[in-house]
Amino acid sequence: MGERLTTSTLLVTDGGVIHPDCFSHQFTSAKSRRSETWRTRLADRLTASTTLQGEGKELTKEEKQRLRKEKKQHKKNKKDDRGPPEKEKEKEKASVPAPSKPATQSPAHKAAPVPVNASASESPVAAEKPAKSKAELRAERRARQDSERASKQGKKEGGQQSTSSKPKATPNELQPVVKRLPDHVQVDDPVALKKLAKKLERQQVPLRSDYGYKVSLFSHLHQYSRKNPPTQQISIPVTVIHPSIVRLGLQYSQGIIAGSNARSVALLHAFKQVIQDYSTPPNEELSRDLVNKLSPYISFLSQCRPLSASMGNAIKYIKKEISNIPSQCKEEEAKRILQECIDSYINEKIILASEAISKYAIEKISDGDVILVYGCSSLVNHILCEAFEKQRKFRVIVVDSRPRLEGREALRRLVKKGIRCTYVLISALSYILPEVSKVFLGAHALLANGYVMSRVGTSQIALVAKAYNVPVLVCCETYKFCERVQTDSFVSNELDDPDDLIVTRNGKTHLENWQTVKSLGLLNLVYDVTPPDFVDLVITDLGMIPCTSVPVVLRVKNVDQ
Amino acid sequence: MELQAVLMAAGGGSRMMDLTYNTPKPLLPVGNRPLIWYPLNLLERVGFEEVIVITTKEVQKALSADHRLKTDVKMRLDVVCIQEEADMGTADALRHIQQKIKTDILVVSCDLITDVALHEVVDLFRAHSATLSMLMSKVHEFTETVPGQKGKKKAGEQRDFVGVDVTGKRLLFMANEADLDEGLVFRKSIMRKHPRMLIKTGLLDAHLYCLKRSVVDFLVHNKSVTSIRGELVPYLVRKQFSKSLNSQNETEDSEKNQKQQDLLSTSKDEALLQLARERSCWNDHRGDMSEAYHGGKLRCYVHIMEEGMCYRVNTLAAYIEANRVVPKLFEDPPIHPGALVSERSLVGSDSIIGPLCQISDRTSIKRSNVGMSTTIKEKVKITNSIIMNGVIIEEGCNIQGSVICNNAVIGRGADIKYCLVGSGQHVEPEGENKIMFGNNNLDISDLFVYTMIVY
Repeated sequence: MGERLTTSTLLVTDGGVIHPDCFSHQFTSAKSRRSETWRTRLADRLTASTTLQGEGKELTKEEKQRLRKEKKQHKKNKKDDRGPPEKEKEKEKASVPAPSKPATQSPAHKAAPVPVNASASESPVAAEKPAKSKAELRAERRARQDSERASKQGKKEGGQQSTSSKPKATPNELQPVVKRLPDHVQVDDPVALKKLAKKLERQQVPLRSDYGYKVSLFSHLHQYSRKNPPTQQISIPVTVIHPSIVRLGLQYSQGIIAGSNARSVALLHAFKQVIQDYSTPPNEELSRDLVNKLSPYISFLSQCRPLSASMGNAIKYIKKEISNIPSQCKEEEAKRILQECIDSYINEKIILASEAISKYAIEKISDGDVILVYGCSSLVNHILCEAFEKQRKFRVIVVDSRPRLEGREALRRLVKKGIRCTYVLISALSYILPEVSKVFLGAHALLANGYVMSRVGTSQIALVAKAYNVPVLVCCETYKFCERVQTDSFVSNELDDPDDLIVTRNGKTHLENWQTVKSLGLLNLVYDVTPPDFVDLVITDLGMIPCTSVPVVLRVKNVDQ
Repeated sequence: MELQAVLMAAGGGSRMMDLTYNTPKPLLPVGNRPLIWYPLNLLERVGFEEVIVITTKEVQKALSADHRLKTDVKMRLDVVCIQEEADMGTADALRHIQQKIKTDILVVSCDLITDVALHEVVDLFRAHSATLSMLMSKVHEFTETVPGQKGKKKAGEQRDFVGVDVTGKRLLFMANEADLDEGLVFRKSIMRKHPRMLIKTGLLDAHLYCLKRSVVDFLVHNKSVTSIRGELVPYLVRKQFSKSLNSQNETEDSEKNQKQQDLLSTSKDEALLQLARERSCWNDHRGDMSEAYHGGKLRCYVHIMEEGMCYRVNTLAAYIEANRVVPKLFEDPPIHPGALVSERSLVGSDSIIGPLCQISDRTSIKRSNVGMSTTIKEKVKITNSIIMNGVIIEEGCNIQGSVICNNAVIGRGADIKYCLVGSGQHVEPEGENKIMFGNNNLDISDLFVYTMIVY
């Protein structure tokens, strides 16, 4: 949602130059003053009047609850609002002669059918006050504004909670905002682990246990082993989790579906099957129940393999689409709409995006180029194959690294197409780089501060290419843009199975008993982040942008949505 | 629903006729439980709630009458009866219950006793979208002496040749020695796709198969296939590498008969799956130019158990071995609380006594299984034997290394060593080294001649 304000900035407002931390305070103090007077007026109104009581017991009960909560907030406000006490006194004075106005607010807050009664009750009370002072007029005006705002909101949403929570929310902002870290980077915190275990137990998803010794710098991340599959504790004809989700989770954990685009497409395919087999239980709405049904599935998938940024964005999109289904929509119709949404998302964001990116990228490929690629990025492979079809003359150097050795797969696809390729390991990078004219890299995600998150080794390549003055072009679809901010590869990463690093040569496996050596830890990182200084251009489906324009794209995307 | 379990309990036990001529194989007591309890327990442990049991009327009657089975097994048993005389193969039986099958199936044989982690087999089935996934185990040598056998080597036991790829999971080749004339014949297409193949012969097929729904449809259309193990599995394994390059094999032909709607929706989803696979940077093999799975749609996988217990109780030797090993695994009390064991008797720690038994004074029972409702009188010595239900053993008998079937009566002072006493037989009192077998109702031609090893 744009950029977060750091404490080094100052805000210049019409209230003066303030520190960002005081911003919410200023905002809430003004509002709370208004709401406080409104509340006191309401309290007086309730004790005094008898007309409101006949309108329904539920009103008064909820009113009482809210009153209780607001009294607590009121006390907190009193502690903080040391500012202008005189103003408050004035407001309190003004609150007494005009108790009718907040009464209109409260029924409007509560339920739409009540405003009629409220307006009826308002008029006899309003006739009581003949003389109004300047302060009273101000108070009346403010109260009227509040009531109009409240009635507008009541009509729009029709739900009590949202509007009643508004005055409640503002006092809460006085407390420091608790930043919630995601579960998967808090593995060394026993409290967070316990919370995760409880959540999984509630959703009936099995907890996958960590494996082996973790290097201390990365002990806050999960490390799973392929030998303990996530399906060990699930019953065989799966009941809690949909079979296609179990299949997907297995394919993720075994690496059969790997690569950001492939994982997102497979996820959406599985969701299509879930939606196909879904039937709304009685007394439930599809828009709310389906989202709740998806939560345990997502927990299970993140137990199999931590979710990628593209998957996260896809899930957000699906949840938004589901909650936007109108409640009067029939189930079949709703399912059809959702299936179409998923199809169009894949079509737009993945297939057409890759077409657009190849179009832009091919402009950058000239005849006689020597292009260096790293690992197996589906997008970069697609670009190169398209460029080859468009009769561009170039040759490719594929750089590969252990333990995944994904470059072999990229090599196979390019050679099958007919492109001339060279294959080296990443240790030979500085040897081969003088020959290279361009570097094309794929990305797993693009972070909000312009950093590129990609397969481990990418930042190495970008660094050495920069040293040799070779242009580095990153190709990334916009649906992989992520609002996270990261400047190093430690904070949020993924640890793969450490046993993948063990290799058997000539029948001998030296690291077979690595767990018995206490001072030895095997680290198998999956991702790393490349700073924007090393990246010359990012080719997206919106065009060719510099790395630092990523937050702009994110803002534009959010405005669109 | 993901998987439906089908338990094949209609087999006759043709390789141990002396045990099964009277008692149907699923009801043979192993460790004082009917044989059929073990696969049912396996299915229950992994979480199945419903099983389709294909069996004969006799077994169905016994199942409904057995109270212990009813309390032990909490799943719902959908028993389908077939005629014994119809001589149906396992594939015929699947064809018979075709209407009940709505999803992929897990076929289990009633004589399987194993502690395998079933998710290993099913995970292969799920992760690779396999058409067939089966379980095999390394054969363990039997250590117990079997009554009526000349030596350890069994004559004429046909070997199975199983070919797997380097990972040890993909099933490339399966043939039985009986079907081969002179040697193993491999198609070049297999060698081209999988240049390294491991051929194993010492494997026991556990007869546990995960099959896709389309295979059942295929069986319906091809009525000539009678047995799963004998015909269907080798056919599917061969068909993985068949020449039809547009990947239209018979299993997909049957899908044409489905409604158009289904086909359309599956084709769109298929396109998505295909897209996901294309974009994924995974391959199951390396070294050649083909994509994952060599573009084949039919895949067969096998999980080979290295450790753990896996027995198929279809021969006498296996039966005895199972009886030895199995009681140690379950935490039942060795002496059933319903048994009357006198204090002056000696029951060894590795023996089990069934309910409603009566064991009198000065008997010694070592390393034996004593079944339900057996009466054992005084001064009897039983070692290394299996005594089934309802047997009466008179005083002074000495039973060693033998199998006494249901309702037999051993007369006073009989000395039985390494014999098999058939069902309902009477051994004469003071009978030294006498062999008794067979049933009074059997024809002469059905009598097996057993030699006895006397020590």
